[in-house]
Amino acid sequence: MATDAGLTTGQLEDRTAVRVERLHRSFNEAGGVLNGLDLDIAPGEFVALIGRSGSGKSTLLRALAGLDRDVAGHGSIDVPDRVSVVFQDSRLLPWRRILDNVAFGLRGRDARRRGEEALAEVGLAGRERSWPHELSGGEQQRAALARSLVRDPELLLADEPFGALDALTRMRMHILLKRLCAVHRPSVLLVTHDVDEAIVLADRVIVLVDGVVSSDIHIDLGERRSPGDPRFASLRTRLLAELGVEDDHEAIDTQDRKAAS
Amino acid sequence: MTTLLERPTAASAGPVVDKRVVRRRLGPGKRIPFSLAIGPLLLVGLWCLLSATGRLDPRTLSEPWVVVETARDLIENGRLQDALQTSAVRAFAGLGLGTAIGTLLALVSGLSRVGEAVIDGPIQVKRAIPTLALLPLLVLWLGITEEMKIVTIALAVMLPVYIHTHNGLRTIDGRYAELAETVDIGRPQFIRDIVLPGAMPGFLLGMRFAVTTALLSLVVVEQINATSGIGYMIHLASSYGQTEIIVVGLVVYALLGLAADGLVRTIERKALAWRRTLG
Repeated sequence: MATDAGLTTGQLEDRTAVRVERLHRSFNEAGGVLNGLDLDIAPGEFVALIGRSGSGKSTLLRALAGLDRDVAGHGSIDVPDRVSVVFQDSRLLPWRRILDNVAFGLRGRDARRRGEEALAEVGLAGRERSWPHELSGGEQQRAALARSLVRDPELLLADEPFGALDALTRMRMHILLKRLCAVHRPSVLLVTHDVDEAIVLADRVIVLVDGVVSSDIHIDLGERRSPGDPRFASLRTRLLAELGVEDDHEAIDTQDRKAAS
Repeated sequence: MTTLLERPTAASAGPVVDKRVVRRRLGPGKRIPFSLAIGPLLLVGLWCLLSATGRLDPRTLSEPWVVVETARDLIENGRLQDALQTSAVRAFAGLGLGTAIGTLLALVSGLSRVGEAVIDGPIQVKRAIPTLALLPLLVLWLGITEEMKIVTIALAVMLPVYIHTHNGLRTIDGRYAELAETVDIGRPQFIRDIVLPGAMPGFLLGMRFAVTTALLSLVVVEQINATSGIGYMIHLASSYGQTEIIVVGLVVYALLGLAADGLVRTIERKALAWRRTLG
């Protein structure tokens, strides 16, 4: 991980981009989705959030994005001023051309130029005048990435952004996202259900179980991470175990038999 | 049944064989060129034939050539243009007024809960009453005037515009609103860039119904108590048994309807370019 040359004093190194304390959220009386969750994310840090469905990943992300107006709960959230969100669907407005989508909501005279630059960065130069439906799924998601990065976010929130893409496209998107993050250095919170994706991309992987952080693992596999690496494999096994998936067919068989009886 | 075809293609010199398995076609097959014109042309042909052989009494329906001649006379003495202008002004004034009111009400009702509570109910009640049933009341209020005719048309037109625009607004994907919230835009820009374009398909669908409704209302207000316009011309001709003038009037109505529908469709093609599929 590159260090910020501007940081010299110990005090400044303490600063966080995101601080979540004792966060509670619940959708009904029965039980909370988030139950007193604490989370800090450092500036420029890439955090992947994994968990089973219903574990509260998306609820946390939406809370950070400020999109949970109608959800009951309490706790405190500090996020930077500039927050961008990438959704699972590209959410490009079908009635705006790609450039107008990327520059959507940007103010200032250079909005279009910045949009064009962002499009070039994600490899979509020349597609400015296309309609969203003319792009492939991967291209649409790249345009969505451009739309989030053109705002120069201090925090990038991504909710399973590659979940709907095919495996090959997803791998190319991983490389692209890594490169973009290296250039722009936002803090990133990536929600994913793909353990490999989390290990490939993140500085830190956080496992969410029952609305609290159950483990917080730093990934120190260096820059080039290959699933062939034994450390990669053991990390994956460990994370899958945390999620309740045994890397072992016998265990699943036993569970099935238990469930059947 | 499966048939095996073996046929050499003439296009290339080599021994290219196009061998395929072909199933019996169950669908209607390829389109016939200009198929839309065939039915109407056949009908006109039949009309000519029946008139020429004397099978069709001119008192029932004038001969096609008499109709054409009458149309020419009516154009030459200016009656048709006058009538058409009067009718067109009524139709478009009513259409414009009704569209404006319908759209405005749909926006207010679609964008605010208070607006919905106040507006949507009365509109649904109004919907249950055929606008033409309000004619006696409108005649009492406004007299037999141009305003009465335009207001009647506008009241009728308002409904489809309101209903389809409102529906268009309400079916805008909530995810787009969420996106708008994440890019920090204000309400005016939200309305301009998300609400209006999102409701556009519904609005234009409403416009196509509105055009038909405007024409229908036009016909009614012109035949009940008018002293000018195409409807009056037809009404008068009916009193004198001049079927050729009636047919001319009907053709003009048809042309008005087609023109208006074509106009809306052109706007639709331009405004909804983003919806066009690749195929």
